Amino acid sequence: MRALLTAFGFGLLFGAGLVVSGMTDPNRVKAFLDVSGVWNPALALVMGGAVGVALPAFAYAKRRQHALLHDKINLPTRTSIDARLLGGAAVFGVGWGLSGICPGPGIVMAGAGALGAAVFVLTSALGARLADWLFKAG
Amino acid sequence: MGGGGDFGYSAAMTIIFVPKQLELSLLGGALIGAAAGGLLLVNGRIAGISGILSAATARGTQGWQWAFLAGMLAAGASAALVGGHVPVGLDGESLPLLAGAGLLAGLGTRLSGGCTSGHGVCGLARLSPRSLVAVLTFMLAAGVTVFIERHGL
Repeated sequence: MRALLTAFGFGLLFGAGLVVSGMTDPNRVKAFLDVSGVWNPALALVMGGAVGVALPAFAYAKRRQHALLHDKINLPTRTSIDARLLGGAAVFGVGWGLSGICPGPGIVMAGAGALGAAVFVLTSALGARLADWLFKAG
Repeated sequence: MGGGGDFGYSAAMTIIFVPKQLELSLLGGALIGAAAGGLLLVNGRIAGISGILSAATARGTQGWQWAFLAGMLAAGASAALVGGHVPVGLDGESLPLLAGAGLLAGLGTRLSGGCTSGHGVCGLARLSPRSLVAVLTFMLAAGVTVFIERHGL
């Protein structure tokens, strides 16, 4: 039960960060992605700030066996750089570029009542299932 | 910015800095990083949103994914209620386009194992070469997509 509460709290914090940073504005995201016109680089600082704060936490986690409320710290183990990684990332990038939305901001925008974002989130859940079906996900 | 040669476009390119946006982007990013670090150290989980969304809608889902998603939805609802921070910029996009984009995003993130948060924030924070390659790839693909959409081939 405590783990559910903290997961809710971290989701709230994550979502607040997306709102404050401007990531929930698809126009600004597209202006950031479009480097050929009038380029607004502010969103580069979102990733910078996030990685800067997360870095020490992840370094510390690597040396620990247990999380505070969980017996195990689940860090990804995959290291392969293959066609699946490159192809998948490229396909995701096309979807992101077309809409200006990636999954996190999409969920927050759906919570704010944006119908289009809700459609994006639901179809992306569907897309994940499609990938499983097409490629027998591993 | 991930794509190579971005600054080589100087002939047509103008860089604008909107006051306050830089600070807010950095602050928002820090909040995101704190949430990702907290979820890892307290819950032992990776804050990769595409993975959480995918797991929440699959068989054998665990409760924490839904709790995290509920928190994110609550953040959006609060922002809309409090600040009138209702997201803008969706007006121009048709629902079929957003559905298609969502399908591609879900398919691509499932295959590559992460999105802007999983490969971006978390992957880069744990210094994963695999995630760095993914980030550079999706940034480049997104940049090219926006370029073609706005300027043609």
